[in-house]
Formats: sequence, structure tokens, C-alpha cells
Amino acid sequence: MMSDSNIKMVAAPDGVAGEGFFATKLNDVVGMARANSLWPLPFATSCCGIEFMATMASHYDLARFGSERVSFSPRQADMLLVMGTISKKMAPILRQVYEQMAEPKWVIAVGACASSGGIFDTYSVLQGIDKVIPVDVYVPGCPPRPEQIVDGVMKLQELVRTESVRRRSSPEYQELLASYNIK
Amino acid sequence: MALENTAIQDKLIATFGEAVYNFQQERDIFSFEINADQNKAIILFLKNDPELRFHFLTDLCGIHYPDSDVDEQFAVVYHLHNWYENKRIKIKAFLNGEKPEIKTISNIFLSSNWMERETFDFYGVDFIGHPQLKRILNMDEMISHPMRKEFPMEDGGRTDKDDRFFGRTVDNC
Repeated sequence: MMSDSNIKMVAAPDGVAGEGFFATKLNDVVGMARANSLWPLPFATSCCGIEFMATMASHYDLARFGSERVSFSPRQADMLLVMGTISKKMAPILRQVYEQMAEPKWVIAVGACASSGGIFDTYSVLQGIDKVIPVDVYVPGCPPRPEQIVDGVMKLQELVRTESVRRRSSPEYQELLASYNIK
Repeated sequence: MALENTAIQDKLIATFGEAVYNFQQERDIFSFEINADQNKAIILFLKNDPELRFHFLTDLCGIHYPDSDVDEQFAVVYHLHNWYENKRIKIKAFLNGEKPEIKTISNIFLSSNWMERETFDFYGVDFIGHPQLKRILNMDEMISHPMRKEFPMEDGGRTDKDDRFFGRTVDNC
């Protein structure tokens, strides 16, 4: 790599380096790879989605974190970003989108509405998406600034980086899905 | 020549007599009430009469008056617009509180199809003859009609929000 480059690279995980070899844990390598190529699936229903557009655009540029490629198919996405008010009528659709995503998958609830229903404390609005799907990171704000969304993604990257490769087949995880009635 | 209120009133009374009443100018809109069982004939007349020409349905909605007499607990409101003269009118038809039903006008104004579904969804008004009277905005599983006054504003089984944090308790502490 050229010495005058100001491109910041992700540091290698802890390990033992020698002449011609580098030994580390599979967990760390997989975590590093996953954390730096999270493909987002935006599920935007209102103003938080507009903030997400700014987050993806050149000024804030979420691509710097490896989320360059926005997936509009749940099959090829890792990170579901739910942004905006989810009405009760929308809940089964959100759930279906989540179920269609392949493991491993993570969810960020962006904004007050997705996290708790927000100001819409009423019969037609789902009081937080964690009523229907498990959520990894909650981003507060109404709507949150792009910096906050970036911060939420970085928090998620930290979770992803340290997640065990066995977590998705652990009984705890199966129990979590079962508590949401997701097979 | 502009279409005058009195001209509309005279025409309606000449055709429908007692079924149309309570004519008044409410701010900038001419309003009157009609017998619910004649709604279809009256609206068709307003649309097709060569002088009245109210050919555009601006809005259709419901109202709930839980404190009124049982025969007037619901109302359906029609807003019509004559584009030639730029004249708007508002028509109110009162319905029974136990069994709110009125004839559909979806074969007169196609746009009323969804508006009647919405009124059914939120008030439970039965539009007789409507081709597909089912919920349009709320989830299909819902059994109540949420714009009725007796419907609580908030979900009673709410467990996720602590009243203390929302300024809802008496002493808010």
C-alpha cells in the first residue's frame, strides 16, 4: 500500500503473525468480514427514510462503512433498517420481509416511531417494531440526524464483529425467534 | 349568471318537498339536510339537472353524534361542486344510531366507492348496494369502528408505555 494514501483500512484482528503466515480465530475473521459489508435493506415509510437518504448520499456516505450496496431484495440483505411509523396493518408485511431475509440478519429500528410508536400512541399504529420482530439496535430521534443513523450502524457493526459464528444455531437464538413465533 | 342559493332551494323543494330542509348558508358554503332514504334520488337530481349540474363529488364522510336522539346519531355528509358555476354545496343525511344505513351513491359517482368504504370502516355505516363494502384503511381483523366516540383513543391493553413518562398521571410524578 502506498505510504501517502489516506485511505483508512480495517486493522487485522488479533493473531499470531510470522514469516509467511498469520494465525487468528475464524470468529474474528468472519466477524470482521460481515461487519464491513453489511448490505442494508431500507424499509422506509416516512421522514426517517428521508434522513436515511441523506445518510446514503455523498455527504454522510454510509458506503464508507461497507454498506455501499443497498439491497432492495430481502434475500440479499443483512441489515434491515426500519424507518418510520409502522401501522398495525403493515406489521405482517414487515414480518414477512424479515422472514425472507437469509441468516445472519440484523435489524435497526431507526427513529421514535419504529422504536416505540413515537407520538402515534393510537389504535392503528404498532407500538414499536420489537412487537413483531427482534431488534438489535435502536436509533432514537424524531427523525434522527444522519450522524445518529451512522452511529447506529457503527453500534451494529460492533455487535456483528463480536458475534460468535455459532450464535445463530444456539438454543438462545432459537428461543428468541420462537418467542416471536418465527420459524 | 351565477347559480344562486335560492334557485337551488326552490328547485329542490319543488321536486322533493319535505324531504329537503334546513337550508342555510354556513360561512361560505350553502348547506341543507335531507331525508336519508331519498339520498340517491336527490343527488342524482343535483347531478343531472341541466341548471344545477353538481357533477363533482368533493367529499363524503361520516359524523357520530352519540348524544343526539337515536334517529340522528350518525350523519353522512356529501360535498358537491358545480365546476361550471364554481358553486359548492354541503348535504347532510342523518341516520339511526342502532342501525346506521343509507343507500350507496357509488353508481352515481364512482369516486364515492372508496369514500363509502372509508366511512364504513371508521363509523360502521352500512351503504346498501355498495359493490364491495369492506374495510379500506384499518386492518381486516379489526372488529370495531374507531371513529365512533365510544372508541377509546388509546389501546387499553398497552404495556409498553409508562403513563408517568408521558405526563398522563394526575400529579405526574
